[in-house]
Amino acid sequence: MNIVNQLQRQFIDFSTSLHREGFVDDQFTQLQKLQDENSPDFVVEVVSLFFEDCEKLINNMARALEQTQGVDFKQVDASVHQLKGSSSSIGAMRVKNACIAFRSFCEAQNREGCLRCLQQVTHEYSLLKNKLQTLFTLEQQILAAGGSIPVVD
Amino acid sequence: MAAQGRHGGKKSNKMTALVVDDNTVNRMIHHRLLDNLGIENVAVVNGKEAVDIHCSGKTFDLILMDMDMPVMNGIEATRQLREMGIRSMIAGVSTRSMEREIREFIEAGLDDYQEKPLTMSKLISIIHKING
Repeated sequence: MNIVNQLQRQFIDFSTSLHREGFVDDQFTQLQKLQDENSPDFVVEVVSLFFEDCEKLINNMARALEQTQGVDFKQVDASVHQLKGSSSSIGAMRVKNACIAFRSFCEAQNREGCLRCLQQVTHEYSLLKNKLQTLFTLEQQILAAGGSIPVVD
Repeated sequence: MAAQGRHGGKKSNKMTALVVDDNTVNRMIHHRLLDNLGIENVAVVNGKEAVDIHCSGKTFDLILMDMDMPVMNGIEATRQLREMGIRSMIAGVSTRSMEREIREFIEAGLDDYQEKPLTMSKLISIIHKING
C-alpha cells in the first residue's frame, strides 16, 4: 500500500470514528459536500469561525455566571442558544447536546447546574477542536502526497 | 423567476436571495448553499436590517428568515415586509419546534418554513416552490 492509500485509509477510519463517537453528525458531512474547487477551504473556514464563536460565547457565559450580584440567566441562555444554533449548523453533535442540557439549567435558574454545563461545553469544544485539527492535518497530508480526499458518507 | 434591477437595468436571469440571521456561522453556511446553486445573495444580521434594505429599494426573489434575532425578530420583520407590499418568497428557518411558535411565524406571512439546520435538499425544496 503506497503512502497515499495509507493516508486515505487513516482518514476514512478517523472520519468514521468521529461519526461513531458522536463528535459530528450528518450535518458535518453536508458541509463537506458543499466544498468544491470554487471554495476549497470552506470547511476549515466555517469550522474556524465556529471555534471563534465558541470561545466568545463561552467567555460570555462564564462572565455572566460569575456575577455575584445575581446571575442574569437570560443573558447566559442567549449565549447558549447561539452556541446551540452554530453547533447544530456545523454538525457538532456533542457540543449541541451539551447546550441542550445547559438550557434547561438556565430555565431552572440553577447556577451550580449551569456551571457544570459550562464545564461540559468547554470540554466538548476542546475535544472537538483537537479531533477536527487532526482531520484537517490528515487532509493536508493526503493532498501534499498528491492524493485526493476520500468522500466518507 | 427572473431578477429585475430596480433601476431599470438589464434583466438578469440569476436568482437573488437575502439571508437574515444573527448567527455568523449560519450566515456563512447559508451563503455557501446559495452560492453553490448560483444564487446571488446578501446577508443581514437582524429583521430591522432586512426591512431597511428593502426600504432602500432592493428586492430579492428569496428571503431566508431566521426567527430569533435581536433588535427585530423574524416574525416582526416578515409582518413588516408583507405590510410594505413585499411579495418575495419568504422562507422561515428556525430551530424552534413548538407548533404554536412555528404557527405564529407562518401566520406573519411566510411562504415556507424549514427546520434548521438548513441543508441543500431543504433549500432546493424551497426554491421549487418559487418556480413551481
